[in-house]
This record gives sequence, C-alpha cells and structure tokens, in this order.
Amino acid sequence: MSATESNSAEPVIRCDGVYKIFGDNAKKMMQESNGMVDAAKFQEAGCIVGVNNASFEVYPGELLIIMGLSGSGKSTLLRCISRLTKATAGKIYIEGEDILSMNNKQLIQLRRSKMGMVFQSFALLPHKTVLENIAFPLQVKGVSTKESIKRASDMIELVSLSGRENYFPRELSGGQQQRVGIARSLAIEPDIWFLDEPFSALDPLIRKEMQDEFLRLQGVLSKTILFVTHDFDEALRLADRIAIMKDGIIEQLDTPANIVLNPATEYVRKFTEEVPREKVLKIESVMDAVDPSAAVAEQQVSKDAIIETVAEMILNSDKPVAVIDDAGKVVGAVHASKVINVLFGGRTEQAS
Amino acid sequence: MIELLRERKYLQFLLLIVVFLLMCMFIPATDGSWLWRLPPLFKQLPIAINNGVDYLMFDWWLVDVYDPDIEEYEKKPVMRQITRSISGFVLFLIELVREIMLGGVKTIVTFTGWDWATENQWARLPGLPWTVVAGGAMILGYRLSGIGLALFTGFAFGYIAVFGQWEPSMQTLSFVLIAAPIAILLGLMLGVWAFRSKTVETVMNPLLNIAQIVPHFSYLIPVMVFFGIGDHAGAIATIIFATPPMVRLTILGLKKVSPEVTEAGKMSGCTEWQLLRTVLIPTARRDILLGVNQVIMQCLAMVVIASLIGAKGLGNDLLIALNRLRIGLALEIGVCIVLIAIVLDRLSLAWANKQTDYFADQSFKERYKYSIWFSIVVAVGIAVAWVGSLFFKEGFNYLNIIPHNKGITTEPFWQAGVDWLWDTFFYTLKGFNEWFIVDVLIPVKNAYLGMPVIATFTLAMGIGYIVGGIRSALIVGMYLLFIALTEWWDRALITAYLMSMAVLISGFIGIVLGTLCAQHPTSTRILLTWCDTFQTFPSFIYLIPVMMLFGVTDTSVLIAIVVYATIPAARYTVVGLRSVPESLHDAGSMAGVNRVQRFLSIELPLSFPHIALGINQTVVFALSMVIIGALIGTDDLGQLILGSLSDRQGVGNGLVLGFCVAFIGLAIDQILRTWANQRKAALGLE
Repeated sequence: MSATESNSAEPVIRCDGVYKIFGDNAKKMMQESNGMVDAAKFQEAGCIVGVNNASFEVYPGELLIIMGLSGSGKSTLLRCISRLTKATAGKIYIEGEDILSMNNKQLIQLRRSKMGMVFQSFALLPHKTVLENIAFPLQVKGVSTKESIKRASDMIELVSLSGRENYFPRELSGGQQQRVGIARSLAIEPDIWFLDEPFSALDPLIRKEMQDEFLRLQGVLSKTILFVTHDFDEALRLADRIAIMKDGIIEQLDTPANIVLNPATEYVRKFTEEVPREKVLKIESVMDAVDPSAAVAEQQVSKDAIIETVAEMILNSDKPVAVIDDAGKVVGAVHASKVINVLFGGRTEQAS
Repeated sequence: MIELLRERKYLQFLLLIVVFLLMCMFIPATDGSWLWRLPPLFKQLPIAINNGVDYLMFDWWLVDVYDPDIEEYEKKPVMRQITRSISGFVLFLIELVREIMLGGVKTIVTFTGWDWATENQWARLPGLPWTVVAGGAMILGYRLSGIGLALFTGFAFGYIAVFGQWEPSMQTLSFVLIAAPIAILLGLMLGVWAFRSKTVETVMNPLLNIAQIVPHFSYLIPVMVFFGIGDHAGAIATIIFATPPMVRLTILGLKKVSPEVTEAGKMSGCTEWQLLRTVLIPTARRDILLGVNQVIMQCLAMVVIASLIGAKGLGNDLLIALNRLRIGLALEIGVCIVLIAIVLDRLSLAWANKQTDYFADQSFKERYKYSIWFSIVVAVGIAVAWVGSLFFKEGFNYLNIIPHNKGITTEPFWQAGVDWLWDTFFYTLKGFNEWFIVDVLIPVKNAYLGMPVIATFTLAMGIGYIVGGIRSALIVGMYLLFIALTEWWDRALITAYLMSMAVLISGFIGIVLGTLCAQHPTSTRILLTWCDTFQTFPSFIYLIPVMMLFGVTDTSVLIAIVVYATIPAARYTVVGLRSVPESLHDAGSMAGVNRVQRFLSIELPLSFPHIALGINQTVVFALSMVIIGALIGTDDLGQLILGSLSDRQGVGNGLVLGFCVAFIGLAIDQILRTWANQRKAALGLE
C-alpha cells in the first residue's frame, strides 16, 4: 500500500465545498447563510448539519479514510459522494464529471461501471445465495446469466469463499457475509471503491483478519478507495491519508504519520495521544543521510516500512541498517538509537 | 378529593360507573325523549345513497355506444359501461379456468357467439379428467417443494373426488384462482404506491382500517348493484375484501427493509423498477407472503358469502346444506374448503421460496422433467377416462368427472352421530340451552336494550377520556353518534351485546389458556400450531358443529363466536408472555421471586399491552362472526344487512348498517389501541 499521491495526476474524486443539511427548509437556510454555516443556528431552525464545507481530493490508487465518531457526518459525506443522498450545496466530481448535475440514467450508468460499495451491516439480499448476491450487480447491468455466474465464481475465489456458493447469507458468519459484500462490490470491477465501516460489526479477531484480507486485496487490485471508520487504529493501519471529522467538519486531512506528529486541532490531538508512534511512523522519518564511510549491516529495510515491523531487526543488528527506496537504491541508514528513541523516548515528551 | 381523583385512574373509573348506573336508573324509557333515544336524523341517508348510486349507474355522463344487436348508436351511462366491461372480463377468466377443469362452451361462445356454437356442437372445451387435474397438481407440488407436498396435494384432490365434491370444488377453485392473483397484484401495487408516497399512505390508512372491519355482507350489496349477480360479482366482492390485508402487509414489509439493503441495490446500479422487483419486494417477502396467505384465506372465507350473490361452487352447497340442517354434508363440504385453502397456501409459499440451481448441468430429459411427466399424466388420464367410458357404459364415467354428490358420503354416519347426541343428551343440551338463554342471554340483552342513549355515551366517552384524553373521547363519541342517529340503535345494541358477551368469554379463556401454555416451550408451540390451524378455517365453518348441538339459537352463534374469537386472545397472550426478555426473568429470579410473583410482577405487566392488542383482535373477530351468525338467525345488525341483500333498494341500508358495525369496532379499537400504545411507551417497549 504505497502512497501514490502525486499532484500531477488527475484526482478521481474531488469535493469542493460540499454541504449536506437535513431539514425541510435546508435549501433556504443555505442560501441565506452565504457560505458560513453555523451548526447551532441551523439547529434552531430545525435543520441538522451533516456535512459542513468538505473539500478534498482523492487520487488514483489512493486509500483515503474518513474517520470520526458517530454523528460526525462521515457516513453522510460518503453517501453524498456516492450520491445515495444529494448534497445540499457544493460540487462533487468523479473523474472530472459533476455528479450532482447527473440525471438518474447517467447516475445508474456511473454506478454500474465505476462504483462499488461495502456496507456496515453487509446488506446482502436475504433471498439470494452467495453466488446470486455476488452476481447481482452484473445481472442488473444486463450481463448474461452464464457470464455473470462465471464472473461471480471468480470473485468467490478471490475472497476465499469457495465451496459456499449456494449458501444463504443467514447461513454464514459475519466475517463470511462481509466477504460476500466485498465480492459483490468488486464484481463489476469498479474503479472507485466505497467502504462504509465494513469491519465495525465484526468481532475483534475477525476484524483483524478481514483488515489483512483487505490489504491483500488492495495490494492486488489498487482501487481508489474511500473508507469510513470510527476506529482510529484501523484508520492508522490501513490509510494512505486520513480525514478526521467532527460535527460535519473535516478537522484535519493528512497522512497517518503527520496526524500523529502534528495534530492540527485539540480534538485530533486527543485521538493521537495514546497512539504508539512506532505503529505509524515510517523508517524514512528517522533515517539519517547516507554516510559512505560508515559500515552498514547486511540487512536492508524499505523506507516505507512502519518502524514497528522492522524494529526488532534493527535493534538486533550491531551496525546501522541501510534504507532503500522502491527501486532498491540505498537512500539512507537507520541507527538503533533512533528506533529506541521512537519506541521509548517519546513518552515523556508527550506526558509533559 | 379533586386532587386525588385527578391522580387515581381507578377512582375516575369508579365515579364513571356510578354516574352511568344512576343514569340507567333514573332516566325513564319514554319514546321521544332525547335522553332515552336520539331521533333518527340519518333516516334519509340510505335513501340518499341509493339515489346517488342510481344516478351514477343510470344518468351520469352518457356516452354513445354502438349496439351490435340493433346496429345503432345508443346513449349509455359511462359507469355502467365500465362496470360491464370489468364484469365481462372477470367472468371470462373464471369461465376459462372453469371450462379447462370441467368442460363447457362459454369460452368459445365469447369468441364466436351462441348461434355459431349451437350449430357446431363439437366446438366445446372437453374438460380435463379429474385424474389429470389431481396428477398435475401433485407434480406441481413435487416440483415446488417435494414429495411431502405432492402427497398432501394428492390426498386433498383424492378426498374431493372420492366424496363427490369435484364439480363444486373446481367451480370454487376457478373462482379463487382468478380472484386471489388479482387481489394479490392489486394489493402489491397499492402497497408499493403507498410506500413510495407519504400522501397516498395518509389517505389509504383510514380507508384500510374501515375496509377491514366493515362486515363482508355490506360489500355484497354495492357490488351487486354495480356488477350484477354471478361468479364475477362474487369474485369482485372477494377481491375488494381480500386486498386490504395485502396492502397492509406490503407496506409493513417494505418499511422493514433495512436502508442499507436499499442502498446496496442502488449502488449495484438498479433502476427504480429493478430495485423494486429484485431488491425491495424479495427482501420484504416474509411479510408479503403473509399477505398472500391472508388473501387466500380471505378468498376461501368469502366462498360462502360470495355465493349469496351468485358465486357457484362449494359455498353455495354449504349454505344450502346448513339451511337444511344436513350437518354431515356440510362437514364434508367444509373439509373440502379447508383442504383447498391449505393446498393453495402451501403451494404459493413453496413457489415464493423456490431456488434456481445454476451449476446443475442438465440433460434435455432432466430440464423438461416436469413437462414430460405432465404430458404423461395427461395422456394416461385421458386414456383411463376413455377406458372408463367403455367400462361405465351406463350412467356416469367415474374416471372422467365424478358427478356432484355421487361419491362416497359419510353423511349418514354424521347424521347418526348427531341423532345419537340429540337422543342421548337431549335433555342436558336442551336444559343448558334453555337455562343459558333464559337466565343469561335474555337478561343481558334486556340490560343492554335498557340503557338510555345518554348513559351509553357517558360511559363510552368517559372511558375514552380517562384513557386517551379529550381526543379519544371525541373520536369515540363521533362513532357512536353516527350509530345513534340511524334508526338502528337498538339493533346495534344487540350486536354489541352478542359481541361483548363473546369477547368476555373468549378473552377469559384465551388469556387463561395462553398463560398456562406460555409456561413451557412445548405447550407454547402446540398452542401456536393450533391457533394457526384454526385460523385457516373460514369463519362459518365453526357454525357447523355448534348447530349440531344447539340448533338455531343465540347459544349456537355465541359459542361459534367464542371458539373463533379465542384464537387471537390466546395467541397474543402466549406471544406477549414469551417475549418478555430472558434477562428480566433472570433479574427476577436473582431477586428471589417465586413463580407466581414472577408472573404477577414481571411477566403480566410487561406483556399486558400486547395482550390488550390481542383483545382488540378478539373484538374484530367477534364482530365479523356476529354478522356471519346472521346466516343461522340472529336479530341484530347482521340480520338486517342480510335482509337488505334481497332488497332492490338495499345499497343504502346495507352500507349504513355496515358502517354501524365498523364503527362499533373502531370505537373499541380506538380505546384499546391508545391504551396499549401508552403502556408500551411507558414501559419503553417500542
């Protein structure tokens, strides 16, 4: 899951000042407010602000996580972008096309060709078998039964559910049901993948397993992903970038490392306080410049490796370990002392 | 004192009852006194309705219609044209199905005309031998569900054939096979419409409420006026009666679909229609199927009632058998109806749950297995019928169609049973019957009739006020006022008396039975199975055995009502008690309660709102049965409705009487439902 942020590429999803306000006279209130939405004032008028001025971009192959507690508007934002609800104001572009101005037909076409979505409660069709559920988006699209069944069978293999084709959702465990949900959302081979708290309804152990599975899939498929969760650890573990939301406002949008190192607001800082930094920081952030004269160990680490995963190896080595980039070129060296500092040093500083 | 009264509801009730009794005692029964009886100001209402209907049918919006007989255009009212074409269409469908099963000439006549059909005697549908119909049904059962359903279907059709009820049964079946699908489709469409539009739902809700509680008979009269008499009229009345529960359950089911499932459908790229057809309706199928089930039950419940306006078949025969007190025959016919009900119910259920196997690599023979089997059955059936025609040279060909009432009959056995019962227990039964009528029913009836109208209003509105405040009091008052202003207040009191007696007894039996059975999972299951089974029987079936014992009296009607109306009371009690959360039982046990304490202090209070809803259902069941009771002779509103059926100007009377009955039910519904909802809210149950 290498971060493929490159501002040169065209963003897949672009939100520009998106608002979602619930209530009967939302439109009118919105017009009167001149772009300055005050949640308290709106509430008095019987409106609830779901999303308040969200602007961001998601680039091809990027995994953006929207993190927030319940009621923060994260799911609403996701639904605005998939247009399951219509944003009250603002612009949303999918691959350059304004989806708010699309008519129903165009929208259906877009969903049939480019979007897939996974739901918290799995949202499988209870009357269809595993196979039929996965084939459903294809059949809706008009793919022949034979072809759709074949493609669905491939998807079943992809999510390791072989042998359960003819089970009904009610006969599967939660983790298996969500595998079906994932397979269904991927059946049409979408470019954009929406996941709305996909693992929140699962037990902790299964959740971990599913996260690994998810990372494996993303490694193979490299979709552009919008992932909603309320679990900060999950966000840190999976995300290329994280958007932290509170009361409909995006408090901070940055890479996990930057959020932990430089929380933008007090609210974000509270989340990051307890986070062990070795779990988010990459080797890159603690490496020294290459010193050709110094001896290095035989082992090498990737500059994108999370410190925690390679700490033991570095600490066991009596010499600094060389750091390489994607191309295998040595770009620096990391000393055990730096790693020790991250592992144990930060605590006092944070506590003070 | 006032403070105390404000806080304590039971004191309010006490005061209310004292006031009520005082009124009853001191208001004299003088004609013309408004305190005693209100003047029948709505006397003109039925006449106005009649005139309105007449205008609609004969004078409203005349259009030019070409009449092929006189080869000229004629002015005809558009309403009549519309209802005529609907009638024609429905009748054609029914005749088509009927003639496939039994043979006949009408379908061909529809396309060619009588003259041609008379000239060409060969041109008639021959009708399938009964063996083919039964075999086909068995194959269908096997295909949809398996050997169990196939055997049951075979048994049911075998029974019908053997007992010589084949012809009326097929007539009934053809009628149901047309009415039920139309009602299901119509209900589904209306339900979806109401689901998608808030306005439609708001308009439809009160209409559904009234439609479900207006007695069956009342529908018949307007249907008769608009559509005439015959199978089509029966089918249309049935459709009108069977559609509301379907609409209700469709709305309920669609509302229960989780929003995420809907979103999943949308994100899969469904169009509106695909979403509805492949996501919403199948996901809501549990409730929708319940609706289908209800429709089938209602259709068969209407079989007898529809025969009053000319529907042929089992219903007609049953009615005649009942009127002639041929209990054995009535029983056999009743079993036929029940069997048809169960077969249709199981088949529709199995069809809805059918799955496709995508991996089976089938050969031609496998794929068309059932069609091949059916062809074989047709061939064999026809061959057997032909052989039969050689064999039974004289008289009837039993291998083709078993003629009506020429099968085996157990009637003498049942008749002997009835005779034996009468001979053995004559004095006991008669004694009980007389005692019950003279010492219980008549005094209660007189007490009801002796209530001054003002006292009744005070009592009903007072209860409404105590339970639900001024709003409930006014609603209840409006319902009663309508009844009081018609000329049938006394009749309504008789209906109320029969109904309330039955509800008291049913409620008591139901709650006691439910409570006892709720103590153990096994007995709970047994009771629920019994409830399901009994509910499958059309209501008038209950009249058969009680007539056996008590003849044509109020006792019979009352007992039939009690048996029928106990079902919901028992069911709701058992379900209510069993749905008390396990954790509360545990909490009780840990607090050291014994069984009785647990029942009184935990289970009963928590389940009481649910039980109250059961009593509400009991009221509805009892009311509908009181009216059906008119078939064996009562002197309440039901009898008048039945009477207006044979009256040319009966539409107005029938409808107003129907509304009277409905309003009794709705007034009670208003009070019980408000109270149950309050309790539920207070207990945090919903």
